[in-house]
Amino acid sequence: MTQSTPDQPLRLASSTVSRRTMLRSTALGAGALAVPGVLAACGKSGGSSGSSKTVTFGSNYSDAIPKGGLAAVMAAYQKSSGVTVKINTQDHNSFQENISRYLKGNPDDVFSWFAGNRMKFFAAQGLAADISDVWSGLSGFSDALKKASTGDDGKQYFVPIYNYPWAVFYRPSVWQAKGWQVPKTLDDLMTLCKTIKGAGMDAFAFADKDGWPAMGTFDQINMRTNGYDFHISLMAGKESWTDPKVKQVFETWNSLLPYHQQGANGRVWQDAANSVQQKKSAMMVIGSGQIAQSFQGADAADLDFFPYPAINPDYGQDAVEAPIDGYMVSKKAKDLSAAKALIKFLASPAAENAYQSVDGGNIPTNSGADTSKFTPFQKKCQEYIAGAKQISQFMDRDTRPDFASQVMIPSLQSFINKPSDVDSLLKNIDAQAKSIFATDN
Amino acid sequence: MTSTQVSAQAPAPQAPRARRRRRLSRFSKRDIVILAVLIGIPVLLDIALIWGTTLTSIGLSFTDYNGFSSPHLVGLRNYHEIVTIYEPFWRAVRNNLLWLGTLGLIATPLGLLLAVLLDKQIRFTRVYQSIFYMPVVLSLAVVGFIAQLVYSRDYGALNSVLGRTSDPIDFLGDPSINIWAILAAAAWRHVGYVMILYLAGLKSVDPALKEAATIDGANERQTFFRVVFPTLRPINVIVLVITVIEALRAFDIVYAVNSGRNGLELLSVLVTANIVGEASRIGFGSAIAVILLVTSLGFVIAYLTQILREDRQ
Repeated sequence: MTQSTPDQPLRLASSTVSRRTMLRSTALGAGALAVPGVLAACGKSGGSSGSSKTVTFGSNYSDAIPKGGLAAVMAAYQKSSGVTVKINTQDHNSFQENISRYLKGNPDDVFSWFAGNRMKFFAAQGLAADISDVWSGLSGFSDALKKASTGDDGKQYFVPIYNYPWAVFYRPSVWQAKGWQVPKTLDDLMTLCKTIKGAGMDAFAFADKDGWPAMGTFDQINMRTNGYDFHISLMAGKESWTDPKVKQVFETWNSLLPYHQQGANGRVWQDAANSVQQKKSAMMVIGSGQIAQSFQGADAADLDFFPYPAINPDYGQDAVEAPIDGYMVSKKAKDLSAAKALIKFLASPAAENAYQSVDGGNIPTNSGADTSKFTPFQKKCQEYIAGAKQISQFMDRDTRPDFASQVMIPSLQSFINKPSDVDSLLKNIDAQAKSIFATDN
Repeated sequence: MTSTQVSAQAPAPQAPRARRRRRLSRFSKRDIVILAVLIGIPVLLDIALIWGTTLTSIGLSFTDYNGFSSPHLVGLRNYHEIVTIYEPFWRAVRNNLLWLGTLGLIATPLGLLLAVLLDKQIRFTRVYQSIFYMPVVLSLAVVGFIAQLVYSRDYGALNSVLGRTSDPIDFLGDPSINIWAILAAAAWRHVGYVMILYLAGLKSVDPALKEAATIDGANERQTFFRVVFPTLRPINVIVLVITVIEALRAFDIVYAVNSGRNGLELLSVLVTANIVGEASRIGFGSAIAVILLVTSLGFVIAYLTQILREDRQ
């Protein structure tokens, strides 16, 4: 604009034009603002339409070693089929927390998930594709695995890739040097804990910053104290949390807590697992798939485990916790047949072998998988699961996701902070459980 | 285009009624359409994005909606459960209040103090300004990550500095102290923010005012509290609003540290965890959101009545 000199009268015509121009450009601007919204709305649907050779895969394999394992699987598929798999990796915990929104929004064609209740919940909401036809052509899976892949309606929605046992993991070389024996009963364990503390180590490495690792200890003590059936029934909301049986679990746990690593609520499980590897802690209740990541290279041979010691002789060490991981096809898959072709491959021994070539912490679920290269550790894991009288998944897979994440995570964290106040804690869990299990899914 | 031009340059002698009609016609049809669109779009966006979502949240807060199946009305049950059995709620309320108190009563005065000191043209004042302002350019999520490096029980720098490597303090895991550790980090950032705002305000204070106060025999403290500070009123209002907003919207730093659990609960985190988490308790989460909304409205209304009352005087 040039009419800045005060003595020059403002020419209306030009000012009108400039106002118009301004209005027009504003309108254009508003249009331009609206355009990205439109683009964003159709953004994700582009790319893999029609018969193109790309399938998208949503992955929660964010830790380095499982991530490498998955990449090996997809590379094998790409080689055998010529189809490109685009892997979208998200942080493991974030993926879980965002799963509802993810599946309702623009999910990838195939995604990694967990068997059991956690799969059933989303299958029941109509967010997963029925893959019963794929299952009819699969071999190498036991009936138990098929059952764990089946939704409430009797159709299959899931293929397993591996499972892994939860147990007590330790370094045999350290225990031999110190002369510690594997405890068979709770009394043995208490005595051992005192010895270990005397030796200046933490008996149990312990972490619960992520919220879920402490659930594993609860599951173990509950199944040893009250048996598998009670545990599953409690997880299904059919038992009262104020039951003295549940209180007993927390009391046992409380008696062991002084021998657990302090400050668990501020520590991630990786750091706790590393403390076993660094010989600062003697043992850890965790999954083999997790702790094996801390024992790479030469250390891998120096990792062993034992079942959580027996507490109630009626139940002994019968129950094994062995979560099953695997894959599902989303209901919104752009190319259902391509997605099913991929998931069929993922259920094959070839996929299992490719995964095992990188990540040896887990046990392939398909009996056709090559186990000739198994380390003694892997063999022991496999036999442990195979010898189980009952198999549980994990608290956050055996119960409702809202109950696990919104009630049990804060509750177990408060227990770790204030283990003496069990009564009011259980009363509170019970009240919330009643409310949550009363609502339908 | 021409019609406007003509009407604007139209000769003066006209009947008043006619003139009024002419004035109306200064807007051509196109103008009106454009204006309607330009005002209409923001209004529609406002209705859809602000009012629509707010009213939806309020509506959903009376249901058991879980994002999948159709919602059922449950009356006030969500609210009742939040205040009775939902344990994290009261901790979140307490933490939001602590947040407000710490930012308002400690960080803000500290920022003002730094601004006053730096305004005195001491040596290296630019360097100090940059140092104090640095944290403001970091997002709170990044501050959260830095806080973990400093506070971690196992490898944190602070425990090493304090020499407590054998019996380290669990700054982040101990729920009786972790909120203070996080507040220190949040305040660290807020101080710089407030400082810059006050520094700008102080630069605009007329030096003649200070001179006059000195001539009248006021000492330095009197000059500041009686003369300079009252002239900073617009800045004070901005700082107050920013502080309240920061305290109510606090989220990213605790989320980065431990997803806002175990002593670091905040209302915003509880809303998110219930609504977008795997839990998907949308009705329940909406009820918490409504509580947060009502709290915020309390501050907004108090602030607006204050402003309006002063404007009227």
